[in-house]
Amino acid sequence: MMELKFLNVGILTWITFLPVLGMIAVLCLPKNSKSATRWTSLGVTALQMVLAVVIFQHFNRGVGGINTFEGMQFKELVPWIDVQSVGILGRVKIDYFLGIDGISVAMVLLTALISFVAVIASWNIEKSVKGFFALLLLLDTGMMGVFVSLDFFLFYIFWEVMLLPMYFLIGVWGGPRREYAAIKFFIYTLFGSVLMLLAMLALYFSVTVIDPSTGMKMHTFNMLAMMNPANFDPGSLLAGLGTSMRYYAYVALFIGFAIKVPIFPFHTWLPDAHVEAPTAISVILAGVLLKMGTYGLMRIAFPIFPDAAIYFAYPLAFVGFINIIYGALCAMAQKDFKKLIAYSSVSHMGIVILGMAAFNSQGMVGAIFQMFNHGTITAMLFLIVGVIYDRAHTRGLDDFGGLMNKMPKYSAVMVIAFFAALGLPGLSGFISEAFAFLGAFQTYRYLTIASAFGIVLTAGYMLWTLQRVFLGTLPEKWEGLTDINARELSVLVPLAVIVIFLGIYPMPVIDLMNTSANALVDFVRSGAGMTLVGR
Amino acid sequence: MTQTLLLELSVAVLFLPLVSFLILIFFGKKLPRQGDFVGLAFLGVSLALSVAILYAKISFFHEELLNYTFTWIDLGNVALFGSMKFDLGVMIDNLTAVMLVVVTLISFLVHLFSTKYMAGDIRYSRYYAYLGIFSFSMLGIVIANNFLSMYIFWELVGLSSYLLIGHWYEKKSASDASKKAFVTNRVGDFGFFIGIMILWANYHTLTYEGVYGAIAGGLMPFQSSWWMTAAGILIFCGAVGKSAQFPLHVWLPDAMEGPTPVSALIHAATMVAAGVYLIARTFPMLTADALMVIAYVGAITAFISATIAIAQNDIKKVLAYSTVSQLGYMVMGLGVGAFSAGTMHLVTHAAFKAGLFLGSGSVIHAMHNALHHMHDHHTDAQDIRNMGGLRKKMPFTFWTFVIFTIAISGVPLTSGFLSKDAILAGTIAYGQLTGHMLIPIIGFLVAGLTAFYMFRIVILAFMGEHKDEKRFEHVHESPLAMTLPLMLLAVLSFFAFYSLNPFTAAGGWFFHAIERPETVVPAVMAATSTEVFEEAEHHAHMTAMILSLIVAGLGILIAFTTYYWKKINADAIAAKLAPLHLFLLNKWYFDELYEAVAVNGTKGLARVLAWFDSKVIDGIVNAAGSITKIGAIVSGKFDSIVVDGFVNLTATVAGGFGLVLRKVQTGRVQSYIVFAILGIVVLFFVYRAV
Repeated sequence: MMELKFLNVGILTWITFLPVLGMIAVLCLPKNSKSATRWTSLGVTALQMVLAVVIFQHFNRGVGGINTFEGMQFKELVPWIDVQSVGILGRVKIDYFLGIDGISVAMVLLTALISFVAVIASWNIEKSVKGFFALLLLLDTGMMGVFVSLDFFLFYIFWEVMLLPMYFLIGVWGGPRREYAAIKFFIYTLFGSVLMLLAMLALYFSVTVIDPSTGMKMHTFNMLAMMNPANFDPGSLLAGLGTSMRYYAYVALFIGFAIKVPIFPFHTWLPDAHVEAPTAISVILAGVLLKMGTYGLMRIAFPIFPDAAIYFAYPLAFVGFINIIYGALCAMAQKDFKKLIAYSSVSHMGIVILGMAAFNSQGMVGAIFQMFNHGTITAMLFLIVGVIYDRAHTRGLDDFGGLMNKMPKYSAVMVIAFFAALGLPGLSGFISEAFAFLGAFQTYRYLTIASAFGIVLTAGYMLWTLQRVFLGTLPEKWEGLTDINARELSVLVPLAVIVIFLGIYPMPVIDLMNTSANALVDFVRSGAGMTLVGR
Repeated sequence: MTQTLLLELSVAVLFLPLVSFLILIFFGKKLPRQGDFVGLAFLGVSLALSVAILYAKISFFHEELLNYTFTWIDLGNVALFGSMKFDLGVMIDNLTAVMLVVVTLISFLVHLFSTKYMAGDIRYSRYYAYLGIFSFSMLGIVIANNFLSMYIFWELVGLSSYLLIGHWYEKKSASDASKKAFVTNRVGDFGFFIGIMILWANYHTLTYEGVYGAIAGGLMPFQSSWWMTAAGILIFCGAVGKSAQFPLHVWLPDAMEGPTPVSALIHAATMVAAGVYLIARTFPMLTADALMVIAYVGAITAFISATIAIAQNDIKKVLAYSTVSQLGYMVMGLGVGAFSAGTMHLVTHAAFKAGLFLGSGSVIHAMHNALHHMHDHHTDAQDIRNMGGLRKKMPFTFWTFVIFTIAISGVPLTSGFLSKDAILAGTIAYGQLTGHMLIPIIGFLVAGLTAFYMFRIVILAFMGEHKDEKRFEHVHESPLAMTLPLMLLAVLSFFAFYSLNPFTAAGGWFFHAIERPETVVPAVMAATSTEVFEEAEHHAHMTAMILSLIVAGLGILIAFTTYYWKKINADAIAAKLAPLHLFLLNKWYFDELYEAVAVNGTKGLARVLAWFDSKVIDGIVNAAGSITKIGAIVSGKFDSIVVDGFVNLTATVAGGFGLVLRKVQTGRVQSYIVFAILGIVVLFFVYRAV
């Protein structure tokens, strides 16, 4: 198995904790050294991107992963916390266990890319620059950690670590209602975390493995161990298949993740958070954070509870359908550009949910690929809103018009992003959406047909927005607007290139996830102890 | 010339316009003449290659199907599915070869025409770039050998149409029209996509070859003949959108907001014919029921739009409805099973309708210039009531326009006569074989209406007397770059290009090259077999020809009596039939209906849901927050008053006891002994009692 190390430390640790090193460096910089802070952050995230590319190159596409230790790549497994007896808990052992497979690798790439983009997008932040970038880098570590952890406890820690900087980034650098939005985001996510914590503890007490060093039985937070039904103590809370306790635990996990996706009806924190967050934070929020929810379902909820996953497959697909249609219709009614994009995210994440609820390879690949593509496309959309907001200090869709002539370069990039969002063939969004729908159709015929109507609604609100903001004549008050500058283009153009390239030739990314998606579907379907009834 | 070379050339034909697009979009403005020659040159080469391909295909590989497939996305062996890969590829059969020439020819002529028509436009190079991407996408549809590429290029064509309709996007009407076109097409594509999902889920491939092979092997989608018919109709939905068939025809007339040459290329000759082409491609998998639906949709479309065309006064609007009507004709032709006739009408119509639009462009151009000279910005340059007598000033435009008009009216010696006649013979045969006599009745009715409204424009615009002396003086014939395409297209409206016999297309090369493909659906679900149908068609031919000559002649005669000799007062009739006239003038109120139901319905639902989202769902979230907060305050009070109060109370009580008990602590031994003895006595009695 491939191992990449530097200074005897694995590449996943590097890619995860580089931003923390950067954060320390930023904090050590003298006060008011704004430029140095920005460049340090840029350097760190650039280096992180380089590592991501190295991972991309060395990643073995033929290995499935999911539930096997052997299938995980770039593994690092070090005992971290080991306390002999903690009251009724007995011995507590938590491992520092990192590793990636095809499901996580795309997210690692996406996180590195979006973090880099976010740093450039934050260049014009002037309010306490040091604090901003330090938090941004900490956030980066939190996100990356979530995608590389294979120990549930570690995963949980990273999940919570990400929460704190996000709270301050919205709450301090946000818009007028930033405090409300930040608190709402924080408490909502924390509420989900509590449910996740409960499920995690239930799992911990149900799963026992033999400690190889002592030969003694012990509980574990190792996700891979939790995926093996043989490790559940007979008579423990979550033992057996298809018991009601397992369903409760699955639902608890699901709500924890659903809040993050966000899945209807847990989605209302998202528009508020987006509207108040500064551009770069919106980019991260939509680009990476939402994917943590769907990733959690795939990484944890499905393989640990295959029975519940199959049992609740149709309801899951159904909420996917609601997300698609409801999100699109809500988007249509918005008057705030950012809110519109936020609701479009709800709609597009619905496609991810629908695709994975199909529990077949195509749907799963479509879902993961859609996570990646939504990350790049929505990042573009929020950057585009940011560009106009920086200049006009308003996001009202009806305040604009005729920007096409005033800002031609900007409009060219916008056209690519908009059409990618509405699923135009030749751009990456089309392939993942088509995959998700084609996959879902094989399991849920009528529900998928109903969901596919979303493509009409999406075309409707996207083109309506385009018309209101970019076509027509320019109101006099915007005569002074300047076209997009080099810095803004420097993030939008590479994203556009990715969107176009993957639209024409998606194999490089699909290849990454294909084997694992297959393995996940196989594992869940065969481990469920029941068959998924298509409808 | 080998087959491989032919395929390679066809790929070159496909990609040359894309290269033109890329050059123009990035460097167009910096090039001399804003790069229009780039577009012309690339399309010219594409055209030359297409002609060569057609010639080689017909002469050397008449029966062969040239096919090249490669794997685009390969997922390997997949659970629950088997080998999953998406193949793309190109193929050339005779139909493709013909379509390549049609598309590149019209596109080239439009490129040429636009050098003058669009001269001085604010986005001249952008315009040429978009023509390039349009040609690329359209050629992609034509050359595809599978449903996936078909769908991909299908949508790209939609994009280029969107961009070109909205070319003058400063005008609200133009940006509205482009949006309407795209979204309406999306509705059709929604059906198309469902059809594709059905095929993919059942046959695990999307190549025509693979799908038809599997159906021929007896595999029905979901083991049901119902789904077989449904798949055909759903794919046909794509055609309903793109070819502007009822009930999705509403976008095409609005699309006339685009520059007139674009209307000629995209919204008359090529793109809108893509739907007809799609039906032709899917013909083998269409069941008799699906074909019947198609035939009726075509017939209804042809009829509705012909009636609307009569009442319009904008020259482009008349031509637009005429296009919808003729597309309905083609769709009806294919639906009844007259395959060669329907596709031939696609080709002949492409030539004369492009000619009509370019001719109208020439007129509008001249009117515009004249109005511009007079500083008149109020008179509508497109209203035929403002024209009249133009034949004297614009002889080339006039004569070519007349040729196109007699071609579309189905007058003998024209290409339109051949194809229209063949379709009508097909409808009669269909009516006789299946009993659906309404189809041929509508067919002939529409033929008459077409002749009438087309001659109405010719007479009103070109003949009679001019309306305004001064304006008339300023009208001039268009330059050669504009009249040359007209003349070329006029030549191509001559019968001899399609069949040497001016009275029937049956013996010509076209019918020989493009034959009805064999159906792959089981015989019980299939339409009447080709042999039986052709037999009936053959018998119906004479009847069809005579009848069509009569109705066309009648239409022309009425047009002349009304508008030239003025024996019939059109205005009086319109006034008498005011409700009907208003109904037709307002296009059967489709736009109003859709606006009220579909558009406002969706927007209303969106507003309701947005309200629900922010008030109810978010309201619950905020209420949960508030309740928690109130709970916190209450428990805070509880804490400070009750809990802490209790603590304090305990302390107070304890203190009180202390105060009382302190009294007992006297320090005198005697009192202690008394207390002790009393205590022992009490305990003694207590334990005795127990």
